[in-house]
Amino acid sequence: MARQKIQTVSKVEATVDRLYEELGSRVNAVSTNSCPIDVALGFVRLCHSQSCGKCTPCRVGLGQLATLIESVLDGEAEMSTIDLIEKTAESVYLTADCAIGYEAANMVLVSVRGFREDFEQHIKSGKCMCQFDRPVPCVTRCPANVDIPGYIALAAAGRPEDAVRQIRKDNPFPVACGLICEHPCENYCRRQMIDDPVNIRGIKRYVCDKAGEVPAPECMPSTGKRIAIIGGGPSGLTCAYYLQLMGHQTTVFEEKKHLGGMLRYGIPNYRLPRERLQSDIDCILSTGVEVKLNTRIDSPDELKKLKEDYDALYIAIGAHKDKKIGLENEDAEGVISAVEMLKAIGDGEYPDYKGKKVVVIGGGNVAMDCTRTAVRAGADKVSVVYRRRIADMTALEEEIFGAQAEGAEILELVAPTRIEKDENGKLRGLWVNRQMIGEFKRSRPAPKDLGENETLIECDILVVAVGQAIDSDRFAEYGLPMKWDQIDADGFAMIVGMDGVFSGGDCATGPATVIKAIAAGKAAAANIDEYLGFNHIIESGVDVPKARVYDRQPCGRVNMREKEAGERNNNFDPFEYGMSDKEAMQEANRCLRCDHFGYGCFRGGRTHKW
Amino acid sequence: MVNVTINGKNISVKEGTTILDAALQNGILIPTLCFLKDINEIGACRICVVEIEGMERLAAACNNTVEEGMVIYTNSPKVMAARKSTLELILSEHDYSCATCARCGNCQLQSLAEEFGLSTDVYKKKIRKIKWNREFPLIRDNEKCIKCMRCIQICDKVQSLGVWDVCGTGARTTVDVKGGLEIYKADCSLCGQCITHCPVGALHERDDKNTLYKALADKDKVKIVQVAPAVRAAWGEELGLAPEKATIGRMGEALRQLGFDYVFDTNFSADLTIMEEGSEFLKRFSDRENNTFPMFTSCCPGWVRFMRTQYPELVPQLSTAKSPQQMFGAVVKSFFAEKIGKDPKDIVSVSIMPCVAKKAEAAYENMGSDERGRDVDIVLTTRELVKMIKAASINVYTLEDKPLDDPLSDGTGAAVIFGTTGGVMEAALRSAYFLATGANPDPDAFRVVRGYHKGWNEAEFDFGGAKVRCAIASGLNNTRSLIEAIKSGEAEYDFVEIMACPGGCAGGGGQPIHPYDSFEYRGELLHKLDSDSKLRFSHENPSVQKLYSEYLSAPLGEKSHHLLHTDHEGWKIK
Repeated sequence: MARQKIQTVSKVEATVDRLYEELGSRVNAVSTNSCPIDVALGFVRLCHSQSCGKCTPCRVGLGQLATLIESVLDGEAEMSTIDLIEKTAESVYLTADCAIGYEAANMVLVSVRGFREDFEQHIKSGKCMCQFDRPVPCVTRCPANVDIPGYIALAAAGRPEDAVRQIRKDNPFPVACGLICEHPCENYCRRQMIDDPVNIRGIKRYVCDKAGEVPAPECMPSTGKRIAIIGGGPSGLTCAYYLQLMGHQTTVFEEKKHLGGMLRYGIPNYRLPRERLQSDIDCILSTGVEVKLNTRIDSPDELKKLKEDYDALYIAIGAHKDKKIGLENEDAEGVISAVEMLKAIGDGEYPDYKGKKVVVIGGGNVAMDCTRTAVRAGADKVSVVYRRRIADMTALEEEIFGAQAEGAEILELVAPTRIEKDENGKLRGLWVNRQMIGEFKRSRPAPKDLGENETLIECDILVVAVGQAIDSDRFAEYGLPMKWDQIDADGFAMIVGMDGVFSGGDCATGPATVIKAIAAGKAAAANIDEYLGFNHIIESGVDVPKARVYDRQPCGRVNMREKEAGERNNNFDPFEYGMSDKEAMQEANRCLRCDHFGYGCFRGGRTHKW
Repeated sequence: MVNVTINGKNISVKEGTTILDAALQNGILIPTLCFLKDINEIGACRICVVEIEGMERLAAACNNTVEEGMVIYTNSPKVMAARKSTLELILSEHDYSCATCARCGNCQLQSLAEEFGLSTDVYKKKIRKIKWNREFPLIRDNEKCIKCMRCIQICDKVQSLGVWDVCGTGARTTVDVKGGLEIYKADCSLCGQCITHCPVGALHERDDKNTLYKALADKDKVKIVQVAPAVRAAWGEELGLAPEKATIGRMGEALRQLGFDYVFDTNFSADLTIMEEGSEFLKRFSDRENNTFPMFTSCCPGWVRFMRTQYPELVPQLSTAKSPQQMFGAVVKSFFAEKIGKDPKDIVSVSIMPCVAKKAEAAYENMGSDERGRDVDIVLTTRELVKMIKAASINVYTLEDKPLDDPLSDGTGAAVIFGTTGGVMEAALRSAYFLATGANPDPDAFRVVRGYHKGWNEAEFDFGGAKVRCAIASGLNNTRSLIEAIKSGEAEYDFVEIMACPGGCAGGGGQPIHPYDSFEYRGELLHKLDSDSKLRFSHENPSVQKLYSEYLSAPLGEKSHHLLHTDHEGWKIK
């Protein structure tokens, strides 16, 4: 007689597992259009299905909550229903025996408190005012609203030049973004409902590689208007490009030796080769942008003069100032900031760390860039010091893996305490304290001190990559409204109370992504055009191929290949390989064409012009 | 060309052709429901799905294009089963109280259900009602709506008003007035195009038949009816009466059988409109410096409503002439009342119109007076008339073709073309030419202004040395383009005719409904009636001449001013 059975997975269990897995990917491809209350109802119903049924609050309470929420959706509720929902949820939260019940109730509380106005609106009007008006998730989530299904279809049709034109309608940096965009589009790609998101950035890179040089469209007739743009980074150049196309004359004032902003002075060559960046910039300049390099607009008086001399002003100076970590002896020789390090590289001055030990403080993408740069500069050893866990790092996963593969070591859960220098003021090392991960603070687990002794990590170079600040004092003096060190521009890149002055990009938002800076430049161009009394229309002139019908059966996502670590960690050459024709075609055909299938063929599928 | 096989038949069609068109071009029928050519090709209802060899899932035929070598089956067992299931789902949220529905017998959903041979309800019914102001001339019954989105698209794309919008998401998605507004606040022109393009009975005009039945039963009242030009081109359609049989004379007989004492013709007041509006135009035209051009026609209440909400600053450029319906009503309750020695308040003035906006127009505060009462008391659409004829079991085949009653039934060929786009302009030009030069032109001299045009139609004519630049538009999106061009200075005209419905009243929102547009065909019928007419100039209408000599004296005179002209800002949109 046997007394213990080996656990096996039944067909039912396996199927339910699969349902949950599908649900997970579906939730990932979250719709920006859903009614929040409907989502809350779906959530409570799912939670209720998980109830074991033993304890009252969960078994009965979740069901009653669902009924109450549904009455709101059906226009049958009264204002007091909201209070009843809140009261019930609170009671279930306080009394349910296990997390199935109390966490579900907690989320209802979060909902009713997070979007109470929506509940009220439903009850008042008896109907839902939500609209499914952004049917193409990738386009919606792209800050610049690039026509992604459009250029993917053009890629699939073997028309890479047109694909580039289609991208440039909304983003004049197709090459740079093909190489380094953070691709928020992919995070919401509906393809996840089937398998994995389409490799959108990869296809963008492919069409740029394939198309080569594609001339910019012709500029519209000259308007005689002149616009000064302070800052020659992605935002300033984007604004310049569209304003030139609209027939205005722009002048870009750049304080550094070269154009490109953070694309050049923040992102190393191995990720974004200079000549590739230059191809985007050359195309932008071909529209007739005037450029004044090595020209810092340095004082309120100079700003005043610019404002007088030009018809409008766009300020896009980015965030290029160091942020200090505030440790003792931060002035030691050998301590440098990420900004300094990457700026030098931007100007072509590569460091030589042969025989040196390098420590990088930080957990973001910039920290990873510094780490991988230090490896390439020949350092004996490169370590990253981070207070939280690797899993908590804000850097992209591929950046972290890349750094590790290239030989960098990531020390998680160590907090820097002070810097050690020798009698000559030279850096000796970094003292750290070991941490443990703890309770959540502001929705993130916070580290706390383990209480062990400080240890010293010896190093010759210490790179502080804990964020960037904005060099904006002179703008504050000039009288621009500020939020901390950020220029306080509104959602239209306009400065309230200062006609004709616009600002956008990192200097108005704090350090963010390239595509956000580009989006701000695009919006600024449109609003400057409008401010100057025009309504110029930007369009690509490209016809997007009609969507094809075929079953979208599950098919793996093609990822980009990289040079093997040992081949790439000793030089600054680009390491990512683009897709082959075959790979690109397969990948492009994975696109679900949300511009056509679903709501897209009815409304919002394509913005032909702006 | 692309070669495909549909149901075993090898066919070759142009690249980019949809599966639906490819099939249709080769005589293969695919059922549709939400589909409206060029307007609504969104694959929403999924009735038109077909099977494509090599594909597991079915594809909508209406908005997917054929590809080389495609092998398509339009009625395989898989397709048939899926379509039936979809139809059952559609029915589960459709209140099919067919017997009492405005579209009973003329409903695409009902036809499909019949064609598919449905027998029982498979799914639990989930019907959702939304409150609606039943007094408004346009009525929407959410419980009948199948969310085909046609109304949204017609209002957006053809009429540029965007009155309708998708409301809600998920299971509760439906159509409603944009922004949750009350319909009267949504700038609705009441053109009724959403009604004539609704496949079911979710949209319909306010039913005024019962009000009319009650009035007809009142023995103390004199019941008078006028029939608009475009009605005669369409009323026979649903009665199975061929166009040559569906004469105004037979319609008159039907109306007499329904209980009217006098059956008159709006053609009379269309000619009267030409006298007033034409004179007004010449007056403005001869005093160019003190007037702003173009002058716009004012016969179409849908257009006047559009002007009021979309271009209020241009309202003063509308002709002050009332529409023919209202002129008629005013004459009936003054001149005619005197003639028959009746108190105007004892007269019930009814009109049969191809239009929904006319119901609203008749109720405007300034369309009547304390002494006369309402100029027009009850307005019925062509569809309502047809229903009354059916309800009274009138055998239309045996009706005698008799003339209408005196004295308000004379109408010229110029009047009958009021019912189609370009007609008002053509009629006006014929008489204006006479008034300006003293001689009649060839009645067909202005034929270039006829017919529906995408955008607008324009023409220039020489009136004894003076050049008159004319433009004609029908459909409000076309109208908007024209007005924008005028506003920007890109186009300049002296006289502009607008009709809110594409094709004019022939395609009016009150006309019989078919799955295809019928305005061109009806417009041709009206032009035929014109060319067959003995009199083709409004100024030659003997009854109109008599009205002036006996009563009004001259166009634009004191009496005309009170009876036949109006202040287009003198009523509230409600």
